[in-house]
Amino acid sequence: MITFDDVTKRYPDGTVAVDHLSLEAPTGEITVFVGPSGCGKTTSLRMINRMIDASEGRILLDGEPVQGIDPPTLRRGIGYVIQQAGLFPHRKIVDNIATVPYLLGWDRKKARDRAMELLERVGLDSAMGERYPFQLSGGQQQRVGVARALAADPPVLLMDEPFSAVDPIVRTSLQEELLRLQAELNKTIVFVTHDIDEAIKLGDRVAVLRVGGKLAQLADPKTLLSEPADDFVREFLGHDRGIRRLQFISTEGLRLRDDLTVPEGFEGPTDEPWLLVVTGDRRPVGWISRERPAELEPYGTFVLGRDSMRSALDAALLSPSGCAVAVDGDGKVVGAATREALDEALSEAADG
Amino acid sequence: MADGPPSMWAMADGPPSIWEWIARNWDTGRVDSIKNLLGDHLIMSLVPIVAALVVALPLGLASVRWRWLYQPTTGVFNVIYALPSLPVFMLLIQFTGLSKTTVIVPLTFYACAVLIPSVVDGLGAVPEHVRQSAVAMGFTPLRRLVQVELPIATPVVIAGLRVVAVSSISLVSVGALIGQGGLGMLFTRAYQNPFVPPALVGIVLIVLLALIADGLLVLAQRLLTPWVRARRSA
Repeated sequence: MITFDDVTKRYPDGTVAVDHLSLEAPTGEITVFVGPSGCGKTTSLRMINRMIDASEGRILLDGEPVQGIDPPTLRRGIGYVIQQAGLFPHRKIVDNIATVPYLLGWDRKKARDRAMELLERVGLDSAMGERYPFQLSGGQQQRVGVARALAADPPVLLMDEPFSAVDPIVRTSLQEELLRLQAELNKTIVFVTHDIDEAIKLGDRVAVLRVGGKLAQLADPKTLLSEPADDFVREFLGHDRGIRRLQFISTEGLRLRDDLTVPEGFEGPTDEPWLLVVTGDRRPVGWISRERPAELEPYGTFVLGRDSMRSALDAALLSPSGCAVAVDGDGKVVGAATREALDEALSEAADG
Repeated sequence: MADGPPSMWAMADGPPSIWEWIARNWDTGRVDSIKNLLGDHLIMSLVPIVAALVVALPLGLASVRWRWLYQPTTGVFNVIYALPSLPVFMLLIQFTGLSKTTVIVPLTFYACAVLIPSVVDGLGAVPEHVRQSAVAMGFTPLRRLVQVELPIATPVVIAGLRVVAVSSISLVSVGALIGQGGLGMLFTRAYQNPFVPPALVGIVLIVLLALIADGLLVLAQRLLTPWVRARRSA
């Protein structure tokens, strides 16, 4: 656990970057610091590994004040991922990943073996180990950055806007990769971002900071979206926070109809305005309407129980039928959520 | 024929051919044999290069650490660079006499004038995020300098060294002014006699030395910085 105990950072010119910050980043969870530029989120992060020293207050790592630990020793025990990856251009990928093990004096072979293992763990081909950083794409470099931070298996990981320099598609896959890794590794992660969507997606807890380094709100993402502490947080969350809150509501309890599916070649007659055509092994083909049963219309799917209400609503909006197709993990149709069922679930969600 | 100006053709009869002249003067056992002049030339050009690197590294590092040092440091070396060689020799002769040192000292200063900016620029070429991540990984300042910053600065420093090596090898011949010109002594001999072969030999050997030194530095660069070569071929 990382504890900020009334921490202030004041620069010699009088600027206050962090103002009496007190919070805890629990062990095994992702705590996100989010806020506009100038809110002191990166400063706060860097005070943990003493790249910046706090002016007042204490930062504790599992109860031990970091100010009492020699900085290089402290830092070798804390993984760090930086925005442009910060890989060493003159070292091969495998040696980049093995940086901290080398610093800790590991045997060279052991360090390289560990690096190769991590390379695969972050989803990269082991042949990349012998390349130099510039030969990799931005997204691949960032994966190497994560592998390097994990090399000595530190309990704590600090991530300073690690995914903001890559394009949105790569960013999404890196975010998902991080969540997958975290599910296996259970590190104590402090993650800094200016992107509230990223904060909500990744954070177990989100600390919203305002300019001048004051904590505006510390809450889990769902609470943040439903109960913003003040106008600053509300504005920072953006206009569609109601919709975004749906991503924390499970589709598990959604009422489904299983009587709307028909096999291919079905010609009616029927009383239903819309029917879902499925293949022999229950994969969706398209919707047909009572008026024009020969024409297949597009459909949208969500994985029942795993995807959120936001995905279900999205799936419904993709089809002229207004219904969302519920599938299982293998993509086979389980049933259909009609407008009425979605409406019911949404009004429940709105009640909190 | 003997009245005409000396030329390569005239030498066929009277003075020796260039090959004969080289063979006769290569190793006479005297201080001005071609072999000895070549040795002197090597010493007087290589010592300044090495000495300048030894001086420029700490001064460059200090200039990066304390930014305000950079302008005065390079200013002093540039002013020395601008001084004409002859008065500098005259001044130095008071202390070091008509020795090789009198040539080596100014050449070292000239080399520093080129190398200090190279070291500063090389270290400046280390991207800030790389420096930051080295700090965050737990490098101590010395280890960061040796294992991260200097290796990344190497290509720029070697580029500076190549300029220094070639100019230093060429500039040694100025020492002929005080009788310490290495292969440059061949030019005074050619001028005094007057006789062309010594001058030709001097020019060819100096250019060859410069090419060899440059080639060695290019080789060193390839061995020391494989990541730069990989970048070019990508």
